[in-house]
Amino acid sequence: MDKIIVGLKRVVDYNVRIQVKSDGSGVETDGVKMSINPFDEIALEEALRIRESGGASEVIAVSIGKSEAQQQLRTGLAMGADRAILVAVDGEIDPLSIAGVFKALAEKENAGLVILGKQAIDGDNSQVPQMLAALWGRPQATFASGVTINGDTARVVREVDAGLETVEVDLPAVLSVDLRLNEPRYVKLPDIMKAKKKPLDEVPLADLGVEAGPPIRELSCAAPAGRQRGVTVDDVAGLVAALKDKGLV
Amino acid sequence: MARILIVAEHDGSDLNSSTAKCVTCAAAIDGSEIDIVVLAADASVIAAQAAELASVNRVLTIEREENDKPLAAVLAPQIASIAGDYSHVLGASSTFGKDLMPHVAALLGVNQVSDIMTVEGNHTFKRPVYAGNAIVTVEAPEGSIVVGTVRIASWQAAATGNAAPVESVTTATELPSHTRYVGLESAVSDRPDLQTAARVVAGGRALGSEEQFGLIYKLADALGAGVGASRAAVDAGYCPNDMQVGQTGKIIAPDLYIAIGISGAIQHLTGIKDAGTIVAINKDAEAPIFEVADIGLVGDLFQVLPELTEALS
Repeated sequence: MDKIIVGLKRVVDYNVRIQVKSDGSGVETDGVKMSINPFDEIALEEALRIRESGGASEVIAVSIGKSEAQQQLRTGLAMGADRAILVAVDGEIDPLSIAGVFKALAEKENAGLVILGKQAIDGDNSQVPQMLAALWGRPQATFASGVTINGDTARVVREVDAGLETVEVDLPAVLSVDLRLNEPRYVKLPDIMKAKKKPLDEVPLADLGVEAGPPIRELSCAAPAGRQRGVTVDDVAGLVAALKDKGLV
Repeated sequence: MARILIVAEHDGSDLNSSTAKCVTCAAAIDGSEIDIVVLAADASVIAAQAAELASVNRVLTIEREENDKPLAAVLAPQIASIAGDYSHVLGASSTFGKDLMPHVAALLGVNQVSDIMTVEGNHTFKRPVYAGNAIVTVEAPEGSIVVGTVRIASWQAAATGNAAPVESVTTATELPSHTRYVGLESAVSDRPDLQTAARVVAGGRALGSEEQFGLIYKLADALGAGVGASRAAVDAGYCPNDMQVGQTGKIIAPDLYIAIGISGAIQHLTGIKDAGTIVAINKDAEAPIFEVADIGLVGDLFQVLPELTEALS
């Protein structure tokens, strides 16, 4: 296979305790640490490993959004992606349109694989990979925890509710990756320097001929109803008594 | 009026209880008329189970050899081909539904409402974002079909006792052969299913080994409980992946959840926030799990667990 496309979404870092804005218009992102969506880092790591084992010749990192997402693409280049594309979008963009962007790029680049995180930790939608497979008319193997490339096919182990499912897909295909697929490498300082010289192209959304589907509008945002801290018991006897009290045992 | 199609989840022999929860969600939509579609190689038993669910109008079956295993690329075009008659198409937010429904949505040219927690109107729903740390109210466009997944921990199963008619549907949809099912490796267990168990005992990294994780099974068996785990315990290889509870694992709502040696990362807490009673046992009194626990016990799990198992046996 020639090329692998990987999606890198810029999201609020997973260690940040998010705050809902007081006017209910969304989640505070100003002055908050932003990072690559953790699942997308795993996607990139997998692509790099496939390339390093001779399964592909080039890894292209793609982000869709504002120009700030260049930071995440530079990190991706430092991890080892060969080049990066920022599809410039000013406001929000819906999952179906994002899937359309990846389809356009997959066709343009003649990609053998598009590897994406199984969900982004901000919207938790888990839609884009499956939508891309539908629009592109290619196989999808979601929630992957094991990937083996065999020529024109890939064997993928999927984490499903019932256990581990294995599917075989013809390439090109779309993979969505789960947490246990790999552990992403750390970026070293010389790699950051090298990444500055790697190509990062900016492409306006309109150039890809993507027609946005009807969006799902967010009307309001609120903090969830919290749970209260309850009682502390001293020992097992106290615990059993408390459970009996609640009629639970 | 809302004409709602629910995609049945099953394992080839029995209907998954997630479908009954989707029915309850669908019934919360004003003026809903609910059909369930069963795609299988042999749908008879599953369709009969679906027909028993209260509020169901009809059960449709699409029986094809290719529907023997749940491949989204195979099932989605068939669902899309009959979706034209409906205002809503819903599936469970299980790995089955998460894999399938966005594919259906894309074939129908719409975005999906993921993880529906409440119904606020025919096109308006509440759903969690940021691992459940914010709840958004969203509105799907008027005039378009609504495709959604139902957060099953937010809904009770529909009652049974109905006898809806079962109708066979044939679709001429051409199906792809580019995706092939190879197999499923499933831990065999007699314990209650984690997602539907009334009681769940879960272990974390502090168990220290696969062998010592056995203490969790012992307590679970004394209680007749299902078994869960934190991501750390699964990553460390103490137990299989299908036990993981949290943002990226299973979202559950048992009456009783006992978290043992689990510190309580927000990604884990999002999986249990609908539990009735949360019990936390941890030797670190500062562990965040205690912030949400109804009953907390600070102690060494290797002392507490055998004692508790004994006391509850």
